[in-house]
Amino acid sequence: MIEILSSTALATVQDLGRFGALGWGVSHSGAMDRLALTAGNILLGNDDNAAAVEIPILPFKVRFHHSCTIVLTGADHLARLDEVPLLPWLVAPVQAGQVLTVERGGPSRWQASRVYLCVAGGIDVPLALGSRSTQLRGQFGGHGGRTLQQGDHLPVGVASDVHCPAGMGVVPPALSMPLMVEGTQAIRVLRAAEYEAFTDHSCAEFWAKNWKITSQSDRYGYRLSGPMIEPKVPLELRSHGIVPGVIQVPHGGQPIIQMRDAQPSGGYPKIGTVIDADLWRLGQAPIGSPIRFVEVTWAEAVEALQDVTDWLDEVRRMVALGRTVQKGAGHDQ
Amino acid sequence: MAHDPVISMLGTTALLLEAHGETSLETQQRIWSLSAEVCNWPEVLEAVPGMNNLMLCFRQPPLDPQPLIRGLLDAWRRAKPMAVEGRTIELPVVYGGETGPHMADVMAHTGLDAQEIAEIHCAPLYPVYALGSHPGYCYLGGMDHRIATPRRKTPVLKIPGGAVSIGGFQTGVSASDGPSGWNTIGSTSLSFFDVTKQPPTLLQPGDCIRFRIERVVQ
Repeated sequence: MIEILSSTALATVQDLGRFGALGWGVSHSGAMDRLALTAGNILLGNDDNAAAVEIPILPFKVRFHHSCTIVLTGADHLARLDEVPLLPWLVAPVQAGQVLTVERGGPSRWQASRVYLCVAGGIDVPLALGSRSTQLRGQFGGHGGRTLQQGDHLPVGVASDVHCPAGMGVVPPALSMPLMVEGTQAIRVLRAAEYEAFTDHSCAEFWAKNWKITSQSDRYGYRLSGPMIEPKVPLELRSHGIVPGVIQVPHGGQPIIQMRDAQPSGGYPKIGTVIDADLWRLGQAPIGSPIRFVEVTWAEAVEALQDVTDWLDEVRRMVALGRTVQKGAGHDQ
Repeated sequence: MAHDPVISMLGTTALLLEAHGETSLETQQRIWSLSAEVCNWPEVLEAVPGMNNLMLCFRQPPLDPQPLIRGLLDAWRRAKPMAVEGRTIELPVVYGGETGPHMADVMAHTGLDAQEIAEIHCAPLYPVYALGSHPGYCYLGGMDHRIATPRRKTPVLKIPGGAVSIGGFQTGVSASDGPSGWNTIGSTSLSFFDVTKQPPTLLQPGDCIRFRIERVVQ
């Protein structure tokens, strides 16, 4: 059992998401940085889809009522167990009664905004429509269908018998797979259905200029500010299915990127779609930071997904190797 | 073919098929029929009907989407309208006032007064074309074009559950609090979604909604 001690809002329980329920109006939800969640689960011997706590705002503080094994992934931060410093992306044992404090700071090797508290066995809230992710709009899933509050108690599942070696860690994907253009975080985009309906000037500006992630950005979507994006003629579309990553341009001319909690349908014209392989980068891009869009082809977008799969496979290989080495060392003693 | 639908990609996770022509129930019945067929295709994770369109979510992005697109077009040409015998739900609506904050915008755009807008809005029997937007939300067909009003320049961050709204040529009722780019003209109270039920939604495509004027606040 994990007790939430801080009153900081907006932390939620998330797994990889809820699929197959779009036809009931139920969006995917799930971790904004799926790589951080999946890597954390691999390090702990969990199923890839085990649920963790997504923490978008620090400081954050919890007490563990039982001994367990944890890893903090995602954004850089300063963490300590009671008074002992804890490194990010590194598996650590926790004793019953210990308090974990996660604060802003740390190495700051890259700009990122979300920390994942992964626990061996996963956060064991009940499944709702096949997922443990919090569905904020529908107020179900996760812990009571809402953000976590001080005093909440989260159940932890049974850890697998795959031993999690303490001290095992990985290099964060933002460091091993950086993507920058002229010093700005780059995000790869495929053209969408209405791309040609925007003026040539608007399309040129879309790719050439930096976009700022405004403070009106959250798990539903990122509202951007930058040059005006104007259609050749005003468009009213019929409502249709959309997915996380779709970049809509409302009549105001400032794009909105759909994120994990995005509604499953919409009707604003779409200029592009952030490729699936880069959604984790965007999920970590902080409010106020600039991003730059880079156009890719279908083949490049599919290849980028393979890069993500390869990175996770490398984490799996390394963790398996680490276990073998530790087992070997144990025999020597 | 002249009347082939438009097919476009939604990143690498999905594609969208949009039928040609004016929005109609007959086209929607073909969309339901197509959806029922393709949702069983091995590469399809989920088929999601919209307003005279259909989104297919992939299990894995195909290396080359062209064969899937050709198969989808063939299936569309074969698709016969699928009639659904649904239920009809009546919804009393308070139009205008505090719970219809954008009634003034619809009046300004259409040149009609609140009473006229309410009466025109209540007249048709609205078939549920599709669900989407948020849990339990129904997209309805058949709104009178005289009260069509463009979506808002910037979406409103929070409108309450039960909000009755107009977006372009469409109308609908919010099933829970949340952001919306539509114009809210009134409100009603009914629970459209219950996660503990199977299915969790009150209404399905093919069911109908009838709005009734409870009151028009001038």
